[in-house]
Amino acid sequence: MTSHLRVVAAGPSSTLQDRGRIGYQRYGVSVAGAADPLLHAVANALVGNRPGEGAVEFTLAGDSIVVEGGPVRIAVAADAELTVDGEPVPAWTSLRLTDGQTLRIGALRSGMRGYWAVESGFALQPVLGSVATHIRSRMGGLDGSALKAGDRLPLALDQAADRGERCFDPSLLPARGGRLRVMLGPQQDYFTPAGIEAFLEEDYTVSHEADRMGCRLDGPVIEHARGFNITSDGIPLGAVQVPGTGRPIVLLADRQTTGGYPKIACVVGPDVAALAQMRPGERLRFTPVDATEAGRIQARHREMVDGLPALLQSAGGFALYDSGRLLGFNLIGGAVTGWD
Amino acid sequence: MSVTTSFPAPVLRAAGDSALIVELGDGIAQDLNAAVHRLDRRIADAGLPGIVETVPTYRSILVQFDPAVMAAEPLGQALLDLAAELTQAAAEPQLRWIVPVCFGGAHGEDLDDVARRSGLSAEEVVRLHCTADYRVYMLGFSPGFAYLGGLPEVLHQPRRENPRMVTPAGSVMQGGAQAAISPIAMPSGWHLLGRTPAKTFDLKREPPFLLAPGDRIRFTAISAAEFDRLEGLSGYLPDCETVTAPAALLQGAAA
Repeated sequence: MTSHLRVVAAGPSSTLQDRGRIGYQRYGVSVAGAADPLLHAVANALVGNRPGEGAVEFTLAGDSIVVEGGPVRIAVAADAELTVDGEPVPAWTSLRLTDGQTLRIGALRSGMRGYWAVESGFALQPVLGSVATHIRSRMGGLDGSALKAGDRLPLALDQAADRGERCFDPSLLPARGGRLRVMLGPQQDYFTPAGIEAFLEEDYTVSHEADRMGCRLDGPVIEHARGFNITSDGIPLGAVQVPGTGRPIVLLADRQTTGGYPKIACVVGPDVAALAQMRPGERLRFTPVDATEAGRIQARHREMVDGLPALLQSAGGFALYDSGRLLGFNLIGGAVTGWD
Repeated sequence: MSVTTSFPAPVLRAAGDSALIVELGDGIAQDLNAAVHRLDRRIADAGLPGIVETVPTYRSILVQFDPAVMAAEPLGQALLDLAAELTQAAAEPQLRWIVPVCFGGAHGEDLDDVARRSGLSAEEVVRLHCTADYRVYMLGFSPGFAYLGGLPEVLHQPRRENPRMVTPAGSVMQGGAQAAISPIAMPSGWHLLGRTPAKTFDLKREPPFLLAPGDRIRFTAISAAEFDRLEGLSGYLPDCETVTAPAALLQGAAA
C-alpha cells in the first residue's frame, strides 16, 4: 500500500509548490512555484531532497496531517509551534513519523509563509513539467486547488529509513529588512521624475490586497508621464506595475504572463521572496541597484541555496540535544532511534 | 531574396536581474508582430547559453535568462545582433482554424449590448465576426488565451466597467480593438459574444495548446444544439486549412 499523508485540517491557504512551471509562459501559463524559494529549499534539504522537490507552502498557519502507512520523514521550515500527537516538537528539524501520528503546524509567529517537505516528495503527476499549484488556472498539486481536510497526499517513498535526523539554525538565514532592491525598468520612461522620486524616496506599506499573484502597496502616488496603458508585454517576477491609480503592485509567483500596465522597476529576485514574507501593514522602501549589483545579490542567494546541505547539523548535535521537550517527544512517539 | 526590415532600431530594456525585453516597436500591427515571432524563432535557433524561456508578445520578447550562466550585458548584445540581422521571411503557409461559435443568449450575454453600442443588430455583429479574418497575435494572460487582431473597426468599444469574476470556458469575446478566445474560466472585463465547443487548451491532449501566434481564425456561427453536440464529442477539433500569407504581410515590414 502506498503511504499517504491525510490532511486533517488545512491552513488558510496551503498549496504544493516546486520551482514552478518553466517554459510555458509563451502559452499564457503562469510560472507559480514557491513564493520563498530559500525557505522552500531549507525544508527540502532537511529531509534530504533536492532544492526543487515539491513541498507544501502554507500561509499564516499550517496544516494538521496524519500519517497513513509510513514511517514518513518530514520537516517544517517555519517560525511556528508544532506538535506531534499533542506533544511539542521543534521546527527546523526533520522528524520521522509513524503510522497514525498527527503533526499539527500552528500559526506563524513571524512572516507570511512556511514550508513542510517530506523525504522524496509526493507521488503526484506533474502538469506541464511541474507539480506547482496555480489555483486560478486549476493546475498542479492534488487537483489544482489548495489543500483541504480529507485530502490524501500520496508519498513517493513508502517507508523512510531509520537514520540520523538533521536540523537547521534559522539564524543563518540572511536578515530581511524593509529595504527592497530594485532595478529600474522596463518602462521607467512612462513615469515623471517626480513619480520615480516618490517611488525611490518614500515609504510604502503592504496592503491587505496581497496574495501569491501580487502585492498591492499603499503609499505615495507614482505619477505617470504618458498614460498608464502600454501594449501588453511579458511580466517578469517582481515587476512593479503601476496602474491608473498610481499605487504600485509587485507581481509575484502566480502572476499573469502578460499585462498592459507600465512597469517602473523590478524587485531583485531574493528580495521578491522577502516581500512575499511581509504582512499587511509592514513598511518598506525601494532602493535602486544596477545590473552588476543585482547579479552579485543573485549569486550570493544561489550560493546560499546550493550550500544548504552543508549548513545542516545532526539533530543530536547541539542545543536540541538537551531539550527536555525533544526527549519527551522521543519517549511518547516511540521513535527514539531517530534522534541518536 | 530577403530584405532588411525598416523597423526602428530594436530597443533593449532591463526587466530585473533575470530578464531582458527586446522591443521591436510599439502598438498592434501585423507586420510588427510577424517580425517579433521571426526573431523569437531566431533566438531559439541560435541556442544562446543561459536562456530559460522567451515570451513573445505583440511587439516585444521577454527573454528570461539564468544570470549564473550568462550575464545580462553580453546576452543583450547577442539579442540586439539577432534583431539587427532580422530579415523578411519567405511566404510561410499559415493555418486557418474554422472555429464554430454559438453566439448570443446564454452563450454570449453581451452580444446585444455590443450591437446596441455599435448601432447594429445582433445579426450584423455576428455576420461581422464571421467574415473577419482574425490573426493570433499572442498567447498570454491565462493558459491558451489567444489575443486576436482583426476586429472590424465598427465593433471597437471599451471593456466593461465592471469585469466579471468568472467568464465561462470557451468564451469568444471582444475588448477594445481586439477579440479573444479564452479556453478556461477566468475573471474578465471583455464582452462575451459567444462560446466555442472547440477546446483550444486541453491538458489531456498532446500538444495541449491548439493555436499558435500567426495562425488565422475564421468564426462560423452554430446553433445551441450543434454546440451541445460538438461539445459532447470526445477529442473534437475544429476544421483547419492551410493558407498562404497575404502579400501585404510580406511587404508591410519593408514599406
